[in-house]
Amino acid sequence: MNGRSRLILIAIALAIGGGIAALAAAPGNPKPVKQSGGIWTDRQGAPTYKISKDGTVDWGTFVGYLRYSDTCLRCHGPDGLGSSYAPDLVHALKGIDYSQFIADVAGGIKAVNSAQDLVMPSFGTDRNVMCFIQEIYVYLRARSTGALGRGRPEKRVASPKGFNQSSYKCLGISM
Amino acid sequence: MKRTRTWVACAALGALAGAFVAGPTARAQNATSSSLPSLSKAAASPDNWAIPALNYASTRYSPLNQINASNASHLQVAWTFSTGVLRGHEGQPLVIGNVMYLVTPFPNTVYALDLNNHERILWQYTPTQNPEVIPVMCCDTVNRGVAYGDGKIILHQADNTVVALDAKTGKVDWTTALASYKVGATGTEAPLVIGDKVIVGVSGGEFGVNGFVAALSMTDGHILWKAYSEGPDNMILLNPKTTMSLGKPVGADSSLKTWKGDQWKIGGGDTWGWYSYDPKLNLLYYGSGNPSTWNPVQRPGDNKWSMTIFARDLNTGVAKWVYQMTPHDQWDYDGVNEMILADLTINGQQVPALVHFDRNGLAYVLNRATGALIAVHKYDPSVNWTTGVDMNPSSPNYGRPNVVAKYAPGSRGVNVNYKGICPAALGAKDEQPASFDPQTGLFYVPTNHVCMDYEPYPVAYTAGQPYVGATLSMFPGPGGYMGRFIAFNPVTGKTVWQIHDQFSDWGGALTTAGGVVFYGTLKGYLRAVDAKTGKILYNFKTPSGIIGNVMTYMHNGKQYIAVLSGVGGWAGIGLAAGLTDPHAGLGAVGGYAALKNYTALGGQLTVFALPGS
Repeated sequence: MNGRSRLILIAIALAIGGGIAALAAAPGNPKPVKQSGGIWTDRQGAPTYKISKDGTVDWGTFVGYLRYSDTCLRCHGPDGLGSSYAPDLVHALKGIDYSQFIADVAGGIKAVNSAQDLVMPSFGTDRNVMCFIQEIYVYLRARSTGALGRGRPEKRVASPKGFNQSSYKCLGISM
Repeated sequence: MKRTRTWVACAALGALAGAFVAGPTARAQNATSSSLPSLSKAAASPDNWAIPALNYASTRYSPLNQINASNASHLQVAWTFSTGVLRGHEGQPLVIGNVMYLVTPFPNTVYALDLNNHERILWQYTPTQNPEVIPVMCCDTVNRGVAYGDGKIILHQADNTVVALDAKTGKVDWTTALASYKVGATGTEAPLVIGDKVIVGVSGGEFGVNGFVAALSMTDGHILWKAYSEGPDNMILLNPKTTMSLGKPVGADSSLKTWKGDQWKIGGGDTWGWYSYDPKLNLLYYGSGNPSTWNPVQRPGDNKWSMTIFARDLNTGVAKWVYQMTPHDQWDYDGVNEMILADLTINGQQVPALVHFDRNGLAYVLNRATGALIAVHKYDPSVNWTTGVDMNPSSPNYGRPNVVAKYAPGSRGVNVNYKGICPAALGAKDEQPASFDPQTGLFYVPTNHVCMDYEPYPVAYTAGQPYVGATLSMFPGPGGYMGRFIAFNPVTGKTVWQIHDQFSDWGGALTTAGGVVFYGTLKGYLRAVDAKTGKILYNFKTPSGIIGNVMTYMHNGKQYIAVLSGVGGWAGIGLAAGLTDPHAGLGAVGGYAALKNYTALGGQLTVFALPGS
């Protein structure tokens, strides 16, 4: 079992176990302190971004942008800004920490009543999302603090060694 | 933080509320009309709008002429109706005699309004649908209209159930479940009733759903035939010897040969657009959508018969001819847009033509009896992914587009950002139907003047989850505007006049014998334009952006123009954010004002007429 597939299992466990108990909490100081496999983490161990003064983004932020646009954009709009039928994540992520984020993404959210019918499906078994859940969080975290603007990050650090292979392995596809 | 909590709390309440609203609701009052006409009788009267596209030829040309180029500027709002739903309102109402029928986006409430009695609600019907269907609907929970026939209103619900309602009472006559929304198969299109059959399709190209068209019995809803877009010949209803493509038989396994392994099973080619019918040839026409995934490198081959115009025998479903417009799609240019059947004079000869404005930016003219290619022209000069279609019958590439590699995602592999492709994935035109005016001989086409960058990468397939595999960033086309409404000649490729709009023109067009063409804009304007000159005669701002199609009817001797407002759909994705130009450099980002500065959500029907009784 590689790191990424283990991550999916952890995410699902979190979604089931923590989905109800978890209270939304602000994600805290995004300062990166440690890096492993292209993903930076903050003092609490939550994934975070590292964007240098010239706008060069870390690998996690870049991949997060791509994979956000793959699955999340169709509802949450370009650059996380929301659409006519799903909330603005740039704003929402200010109040959601990493464990709550995983619980929401893996477990889904429903708001169906007389005033609205908003449903976010469970992505717990969607490898396109769960294989890159850290990266998507990092990207949205950077968008929510204002560290990252709109559009495709044009400058980024080099891909960490073996990233493509481990991604494809997690996705279960051979290229 | 507050916002997040509120949303979670609402979710819990929503779950409780859901328990109390279960069960389909039909609330009926006495209808004023005592007997209901057959569809052919209803469609024969120009006072009615009995078929979603007005007629089987899908011309959306009405012989009504009370409103004309001299008096259209005097139009006024006659009455309005709130649908009670906020999502994107595509499609159009029907009018049969004294009753108007319309359907809302999810939850797909159908209303019957009494035109004799201040539009009193005669009945309304709201199906019970699992809200889990909402997120598997790509691009908002739209519905493009109900159909009429045999005293019944046919609804294709979001969850892929087809329902026949008694047009007098709203009571359910029959229901047929077509495919499961649990794998991402949904219903959005307007069915087409032809004689004793109702034709329906399926949406779900972004979920890997293998598309199909089905003919159901109008009597009890049972499936008479079902024809897929991809797979073995007996699933597609192809006859290797008699089904023709560009004058040659397709041969055995014409689809299977163009896919790697069994990828066709999750290969898309969905059929969520419009259907046309030629009674003389007894042929049904429609187009299939994009092959799944959006990462072309992952699905080598031509991916037949995605992106294809189908002509099928109505009785058997067997294809008489097929033509694939965009082999091995690399852009998401679904081929589902309407097929307009028009008899055109070409080189002095009368030709039974099929005219199709494809998402790929090309306008196709084919002989609808044979499938022979007559003319192909770009209808937006910014189209750059192709230099045009090979029109030489002796060429090995006959009928194929000449692809410009630079603008073809996947041509240099995955994880490459292919920049500056025109049109964008939503196409030079999406589902918003064009209209053909036989008086001017021109086609009136609402278009999207939008370009994109496209970055494909590998994705995994999970049933019922999005199956996309590309990051797209869209931006306004050359000139900085996104909407072009054009009067176009598809035989010569000449644009006679055009009107530009800041945002895409996403509302369907209507032409009339009064010499006036109508359409709606994303900012919410209902517009009346002189069909000959392109002069705007009337411009009225409805409460929300228009992605619906303008229709007309006559009641008690008075002509009315009606359109649904309610911004959303694909266009709604950019509503909040607006589009930015990634190539304009720093500082210009965000320079394009967002649509939300002009309009907000809201489903409303607005009906116009000339003053006086």
